[in-house]
Amino acid sequence: MKENLYNYILGIADNSLILGQRMGELCGHGPSLETDIACTNISLDLLGQVRSYFQYAAKIAGDDRTEDDIAMLRKERDYKNVLLVEQPNLNFAHTIGRQFLFDVYHLAFLAELQKSTDLTLSAIANKCIKEVSYHERFSSDWVKRLGDGTSESKEKIQEAINDLWTYTDELFHQTKADKATVLESVGVDVTKLKDDYYKRVKDLLEEATLKIPDSKWFQKGGKEGIHTEHLGYLLTDLQYMQRTYPNMEW
Amino acid sequence: MSKKNWPLWEIFVRSKNGLEHRHFGSLHAADAEMALENARDVYTRRNEGVSIWVTESKHITASNPENNGELFEPAQDKVYRHPTFTIYQTK
Repeated sequence: MKENLYNYILGIADNSLILGQRMGELCGHGPSLETDIACTNISLDLLGQVRSYFQYAAKIAGDDRTEDDIAMLRKERDYKNVLLVEQPNLNFAHTIGRQFLFDVYHLAFLAELQKSTDLTLSAIANKCIKEVSYHERFSSDWVKRLGDGTSESKEKIQEAINDLWTYTDELFHQTKADKATVLESVGVDVTKLKDDYYKRVKDLLEEATLKIPDSKWFQKGGKEGIHTEHLGYLLTDLQYMQRTYPNMEW
Repeated sequence: MSKKNWPLWEIFVRSKNGLEHRHFGSLHAADAEMALENARDVYTRRNEGVSIWVTESKHITASNPENNGELFEPAQDKVYRHPTFTIYQTK
């Protein structure tokens, strides 16, 4: 089995899986019917992407693992998503702030992954990028609306951006699997995305009349499986059915 | 939180094989751009459409149901206005 490639795929897919679960939590709980459906649509897009990645990962694993096993039956430390995506939905501004800070990265990442020499990954990226372009449009529109909205909405989105800023640097950290796959021109060199990312984010925050956080201290660990306390609770939700009724299907 | 609602918008969608936009429903949005995005999520997520029009509901002038008598009833007994009424003689 190509272990580096397998771990690399999990690293990409877990971001979408965990963020998809977070957005899915808003199903029936969004602030309005329209935003509720929008968040749930984003969740479904992300989970659809995850299926493509995990089906490929299961094929590479080459044993009797299925996409469902990989998604549902790992332990907390085996999830390699960045800390940003597991942060909870404290309020709509936090949800939008998290989505925006991830979408800008996700879009740039997929644009590069399309150039991968691994044809399956490049095809998945090619399919996902249209969905993610819309996510990025949706979340950046909302950052502008909240920032340039009422004094209350401005305060809340500023607070969300300030709180979540500490998780942004991790997006550009490389794991062992990252480095190995970059050498084979399969993986994306995320360190090269960093400058453009912060430029795009800062430009948009300025347009939204928001302050750019000046904190230089960043959290990390998710990519190595060291998570914030929130992931455990999320996983108990995500995994409940498979843990309670093993091998159930519908 | 403000109890003020966003304005209401009417949504028109042209389906894949449809020739014209048809009224799909209405939704709330702060402005036209948001109305388009919301319409995309609410009405076209099952691949229903290829084009969306939105217009604020207040811009629609509707006929008054009280005037239905004078507006529509005179047409009821004029079936000959249907093109199918004419019988063409064929040899």
